[in-house]
Amino acid sequence: MSATEFSGIAERRIEDANLVRGVSALTRERIERVVKAVTKGEAGARLAVYHETCMRCGMCADACHYCISHDGDPTYSPVGKMEQTMWKLLRTGGKVDPDDIYGMAQIAYTECNLCRRCVHYCPVGIDTGYVMGLVRRICHRLGVVPLYIQDTAHSHSGTMNQMWVKDDEWLDSLVWQEDEARGEIPALRIPFDKEGADFLYSVIAPEPKFRTQLIYQAAVIFDQAGVDWTMPSAPGWDNSDMCMFTGDYEMMGRLKRCHFEMAQKLKVRRIVMGECGHAFRSVYDVGNRWLGWKNHPVPIVHSVEFFWELLTEGKIKLAKKFDEPVTIHDPCNIIRGRGLMDKLREVTHALCSNVVEMSPTREHNLCCCAGGGVINCGPPFKGVRLAGNKAKADQLAATGVHTVVAPCHNCHGGLEDIIHHYKLGMHTKFLGDLIYDCMEKPGAA
Amino acid sequence: MSTSTATPQTAHGQPEAPPAAHAAAGLPHPDPGDWEPGRRVIAPSFAPLPGHQWQEEPLMSHDGMHVAAVVRQEDDSFTMRVDDEVWDAGFDKVWSPRFLPDGRLVAIVQQDGEWTVAVDGETWPDTYGFIWSLLHGPAGKVIAAVQQDMRYGMIVDGEPWETLYENANNFALSPDGRRTAAVVQTVPLGQADIETFTRGVYSVAVDGEAWGRNFMNVWTPVFDNRNDRVAAQVRLSHSEYTVAVNGAPWPATFPCVWEPCFDPATGAVAAPVRKDGRWGMALDGTLLWEARFFQCWTPAWSPDGRHLWAIVAPRYGSFTVARDASPWPFAAPVVTDLVLSPDGARAAALASHDNAAWQVVVDGVVWPGRWDMAWRPVFSPCGRHVAVRVKDRGRETVLLDGRPWREAFTTAWDPVFGPATANGAGMAVLLRGIRDGACERWVATPDDFRA
Repeated sequence: MSATEFSGIAERRIEDANLVRGVSALTRERIERVVKAVTKGEAGARLAVYHETCMRCGMCADACHYCISHDGDPTYSPVGKMEQTMWKLLRTGGKVDPDDIYGMAQIAYTECNLCRRCVHYCPVGIDTGYVMGLVRRICHRLGVVPLYIQDTAHSHSGTMNQMWVKDDEWLDSLVWQEDEARGEIPALRIPFDKEGADFLYSVIAPEPKFRTQLIYQAAVIFDQAGVDWTMPSAPGWDNSDMCMFTGDYEMMGRLKRCHFEMAQKLKVRRIVMGECGHAFRSVYDVGNRWLGWKNHPVPIVHSVEFFWELLTEGKIKLAKKFDEPVTIHDPCNIIRGRGLMDKLREVTHALCSNVVEMSPTREHNLCCCAGGGVINCGPPFKGVRLAGNKAKADQLAATGVHTVVAPCHNCHGGLEDIIHHYKLGMHTKFLGDLIYDCMEKPGAA
Repeated sequence: MSTSTATPQTAHGQPEAPPAAHAAAGLPHPDPGDWEPGRRVIAPSFAPLPGHQWQEEPLMSHDGMHVAAVVRQEDDSFTMRVDDEVWDAGFDKVWSPRFLPDGRLVAIVQQDGEWTVAVDGETWPDTYGFIWSLLHGPAGKVIAAVQQDMRYGMIVDGEPWETLYENANNFALSPDGRRTAAVVQTVPLGQADIETFTRGVYSVAVDGEAWGRNFMNVWTPVFDNRNDRVAAQVRLSHSEYTVAVNGAPWPATFPCVWEPCFDPATGAVAAPVRKDGRWGMALDGTLLWEARFFQCWTPAWSPDGRHLWAIVAPRYGSFTVARDASPWPFAAPVVTDLVLSPDGARAAALASHDNAAWQVVVDGVVWPGRWDMAWRPVFSPCGRHVAVRVKDRGRETVLLDGRPWREAFTTAWDPVFGPATANGAGMAVLLRGIRDGACERWVATPDDFRA
């Protein structure tokens, strides 16, 4: 296929105020300069190897939920998306029109979840997520980023969290949840800034903003498990990172530095993260490395792994099991990115008496279509997500169950949207929801 | 809410105290009479008092003579216990208690949904929507962040800034502890109003008065040693970073910068800057250290301005400390807690592998032993000795010049050096901790530390 055969993105352009504004300020010279700066100055050999080894074989097409959901339309295939974006930029040396950048931004930000499923199907292991991330990096440097995710990145830079939560609002949320939880567990405390605790528990900003019950549940679980934990009272509590997905790596680094330095300052042994996938990717894999650490300076444990630990060590004892049939959704960033598929299943089976696997499953499971920052691109692109994940809707429907266990915030958002849109009659649950419901609570009033 | 056993000089989450702060500002020294070597039991058993439902983990005064804790009383109210006495007043919440260097005990308290500060049990006259981020300095003022009617700023000894803002964070204190600064949002922002944001809504307010200019972002304001000028990291556009001093940005911009610091001798400002994918150090906007590091942060000047220190990564994944751009020969995957001696000629830092196997490194030389955790090193006033609190298999002790103290605590606090002597002879270290349930203070001599 040649680039000229693709016209897909031009036909499905969606109006976004900041994409329009950003493109209007571009010149061909600036585009060329930025493309060279990123592809030669930042990407290096990895990109060149991918570009030179991609055979355009199309094996990746059937791996992509967008492509599957659009009846195999090749412009939605991973190679098709790379062809319309990075391969075109490399082929032309960045000599493209501003209008081309609009389409490339739309593809990179809204038609690829950076889920890396296609890596498993590529004969030479090309990481499309990495390539599309670089396209986003170029778009960021050109100022062509969808409005809503750019606003989220601004929130990160202004408040060090994703949701414009002010310092006192964060504290107020914890105080409130502690008060609420004491109604159930009178001696419960949410330990702020406890120096030397075994772990710092970090969450994403939607928890204090919209889903405070998750903080409540976590506090009850940790309290009743008798673990030594703390939460920070100041910035560094939010582990999320939309800057990683806009391509603003400098802000990504700043966020991760803040997060890790808070853990180092409190002298905790490790960081346990709430049920979020993209934040895990940022803290465990990407942001830490941008800062110059080969690994993470403080060990990172995702909730799936931590819950597994609590259950296998007997710190949580179950009073009952969840009886309704459930299925398991595998979040990309902790399954393909960390290999937690077995522990996720062990925890789910421990909690639920009837688990129905999806097909495909584990590292081959389909993405929720919300991750990679796509859901954060906001209402203009919601339709793209819904249409782009018909495959997931079919997969969910085929299980015949009504409860989906998904240990990831973005996955909840994406799955709930398609459940509603495709009228699947299902609902989602976090592992924390199930543990809270099923565990013994010896300290309860 | 729980309390912290830490005795930080800065509030959690705020810009770290400059690396020299522990030595230069120093923790208060106990009265001379309190430096008699040996053990003194402050509380044989710091169990909850009769009528108290529980007490939080205790904290000790800097001189080791008093121990305090948050307690929950029979009527469900919270208050502070100091030794065997409790404050008269009870509150709905007591949070973030700490002893000040002069011995006063301060805590943030809440009653009926309103927040204020209690000093030795006496609350400030007014209450506020929220109080957090306690700070204190040599001047003895009690300083915090404040929110009142959804306007934000700082409050000093119960007096809020005259002007409060849409938001405030990154709170800072001048070296003399008298002046305050914070990043403030001066312009309201609507939902997804990225145009206004991009034009700049953030500034720095010093004692409540904002700079005359806004930036897209501002972080980590810091005062000079004359308590006069303030420098901060600023972002001019999505890809342009620099440093502003009293609101005036450097003429040069960089793809990224980290926290600036003032040269105490000349007033020049240094800051780590990124250039062509590597990190170096700029001085007043001009590259001072070649950008050849994979990371460079936590800069600190010696008091005479002769030496500039920072944590650097000469190779990817390999960190150390550099003085005047020359790295120590030692390297580790993680290096933290850079602290300078009072004269700034020496430095100590901590190194770790995977947040375990912590090592203490002084002047590039690694002390023997690896520890499960280590705390910020403390230099003696003469600069010849270094003490570090460490943890090993659940027990804490203190190292002096690489040698461990002969005993171990269940919980310890940072060591405090005795008054300076001309040649370091007769040097004593105050150790504070809980051992076998008793709160103790020990004045140790070098002989008490095992070879």
